[in-house]
Amino acid sequence: MYGYSGKILHIDLKTKKNWVETKPEEWYKVYIGGVSMASRLLWENIIPGCDPLDDGNPICFANGIFTGTPVPVGGKFGLASKSPLTGFIGDSLSGSWFSVALKRAGWDGMVLHNSCDSWTHLFVDDERIQFFDAAYLLGKGTFETEEAIRLKLGDDQIRSCTIGPCGENLVRYANVTNDGRQAGRTGHGMVWGQKKLKAVSVRGTHGVKVFDPKTLNQLAYDISKSAQGKDTEKYRIYGTSTGLLNTNKLGVLPTRNFQEGVFEDAELVSGEYLDKHHKVKVIACAQCPIGCEQMSLVKTGPFAGAMTGIEYESLFANSSNLGISDIRAAIMLITISDHGGMDSITMGVTISWAMECFEKGVLKKEDFASEAHPEGLELCFGNGEAAVAVAEMIRDQVGIGKLLAQGTRIASQTIDKERGTESYKWAIHTKGLESAGYDARSLKTFALGLATGTRGGCHNRSAAYDPDMKGETNRLTVDETRGRVASESEEYAAVYDSLPLCKFIRRCFTGKADRAGAWPAIAKLINATTGWNYGYDEVDLIGTHACTIKKAFNIREGWTEKDDDLPWRWKHDPFTKGPGAGTVVTDEELAYMKKLYYQAKGWTEEGMIPKELLIKLDMPDVAEEIGV
Amino acid sequence: MATSTSKYAYIGCDPNLCVGCQICEYVCSFSKTGEYNSYRSRIRTVRVDEVLITAIACRTCENAPCVIVCPRDALTQDPQTGIIDVNATKCDGCAWCIEACDFGAISINPQTTLAEICDQCKDDPEGPQCVKWCPKEALSLTTPDQRAQRTRRTLIAESFDIPQKATDPK
Repeated sequence: MYGYSGKILHIDLKTKKNWVETKPEEWYKVYIGGVSMASRLLWENIIPGCDPLDDGNPICFANGIFTGTPVPVGGKFGLASKSPLTGFIGDSLSGSWFSVALKRAGWDGMVLHNSCDSWTHLFVDDERIQFFDAAYLLGKGTFETEEAIRLKLGDDQIRSCTIGPCGENLVRYANVTNDGRQAGRTGHGMVWGQKKLKAVSVRGTHGVKVFDPKTLNQLAYDISKSAQGKDTEKYRIYGTSTGLLNTNKLGVLPTRNFQEGVFEDAELVSGEYLDKHHKVKVIACAQCPIGCEQMSLVKTGPFAGAMTGIEYESLFANSSNLGISDIRAAIMLITISDHGGMDSITMGVTISWAMECFEKGVLKKEDFASEAHPEGLELCFGNGEAAVAVAEMIRDQVGIGKLLAQGTRIASQTIDKERGTESYKWAIHTKGLESAGYDARSLKTFALGLATGTRGGCHNRSAAYDPDMKGETNRLTVDETRGRVASESEEYAAVYDSLPLCKFIRRCFTGKADRAGAWPAIAKLINATTGWNYGYDEVDLIGTHACTIKKAFNIREGWTEKDDDLPWRWKHDPFTKGPGAGTVVTDEELAYMKKLYYQAKGWTEEGMIPKELLIKLDMPDVAEEIGV
Repeated sequence: MATSTSKYAYIGCDPNLCVGCQICEYVCSFSKTGEYNSYRSRIRTVRVDEVLITAIACRTCENAPCVIVCPRDALTQDPQTGIIDVNATKCDGCAWCIEACDFGAISINPQTTLAEICDQCKDDPEGPQCVKWCPKEALSLTTPDQRAQRTRRTLIAESFDIPQKATDPK
């Protein structure tokens, strides 16, 4: 078999035993890699129905088909556990060298079972597994932890996934970080922290071989050169943050906890402003010829010295969404989340929820008291210094930080129960996952994508904001096409997430990012790597397989149609400004679109998956368990 | 203290342009061994701080210390190009050359346990593969003199305002 070793490494963290599972080629053809394979490994290895913090919830890594080859942007891996934030599938994707090391060590995937008795640093050295006492790493930030490991083990090619203080302190939305990139959103860091797993390091010294290297090299070289052209220009020069002025223009830039979609100081927190005043270096992931990570440094003011890579999603959540127009405070907030190891979107949206609570009198100044701020904090919109203090309280689990470390769903439920308030009305999450940087009230196809998303409100898994923002659909209304559009854009994204390839390469194959432009080129890459005979249809099916196994997982964990919902605000509380003023997604519209979406998938009206469909998709065992 | 480099050309990397993608390592190892493996690459990227990234290959020093120090005379330097050849029959992987190299540009092949040094792909009509593939054009095969000229030009261009002039007619 080319492209795969055929081997999955299993490690029991409690007994320290390990074993190797071999998988047949047919299995890889269904669950090709990344998010899809990680989700399948989770399906196979979890104790169904277990609490996300129980030992029965494993940590599942899955490599990529192109990882370790020169195929541009193929150096990624999928990570899956049951999410402590949503209680459903927690599937993340992370770039960089960890995946390459894992591939060179000979593992297509890795499953970590149970939990450690004491804080552990796990080292996978090719075939040899070692357990180290992690005492020397405790309390260290993510980047610091990786450096400390490299110094201890004395090899720069050793790559590590780590948790920072947030994971150690069980922040519900803590991340797993590798090489400055994050497997984020769904709270992997909390799962690792609960298991007392501080870091996993891998050294892979074996070479990667492919079926037809001559053809693959030529294809990879051509894509790499075309990735220097205008199709990736915005990523290379400004990074994803360049989107901020566009979302502001369209009136969908979340502002002051999603109260409005237009921010009056958008220019001051734009990618263009960042480029001019704060950018110090561009960094790429493994085998990536684009390079989009804009390392940005604060040079003046109280946050001087803060530095991290700035993305659109981190930026919106910690600037316009908090009413903050001093981008230096936003960089500081994102540095706290990246180095502390927590999700910058959820952190920002949770702080914005708290800010609205403060402005509405639900939370008082003294609620934010701590040793550092005995009088409390005036956590009003725009107060960057107070926001930074609260972010540190979340990271360190101090005072109200303990509550805010639970995310908006649990925090609002707790406060409302305690004080008889209605703060759930401005808790912006779907299935417990805080929403990304496109306000979906006036992006109605995207609203459907978020409501039905298996991991919650995520812009990476539903790409339906794209047709809405480009005007391919009327974003302010609903019609009978939306179920199909939402389903297709979800499965389109799932193809990239499962190979995995970074979506930023999507226009570099032929200049066109649609299926017709990309799938035949991706099929050629797959065939040169594996020796398979893939075409358009097989590539297209990769996304269907990925979405199906994730949905099946959620069904087995107790999902019902009621879980496909939207934040209260998006259904009842319209914008007053911008092109989307006056619109909401009503319950009737949502119910109508959901029906269309289930239909487009070939599911029942209640959103369940028919047995025949699962059998047709080569998932007979899944059909047996959850098919109707 | 680092040995001064020589009149010979070598593969240099501009740290301002390098993004740390490691594609040079992939293609170097592939062109030498037929598989993609950083441990077999003769050029190595290095990331010291979050924002300090570059790549290093043999600097073709004049009177190369690695050649001088080799106890088995396995290393020889081409007087025309400065490229250092490792004689696989004589080399026993003792790693003295690695200790002598001021740039960390020599590595031991984990399979054969012999020393490996960048040969600038001298037998490949396309020239150095890492230079050909580098997506950011951070790598180049240059002599120290050429690099000095380039640095002077950049320095002057950055230090003085060049007045805006009308462009030449097309």
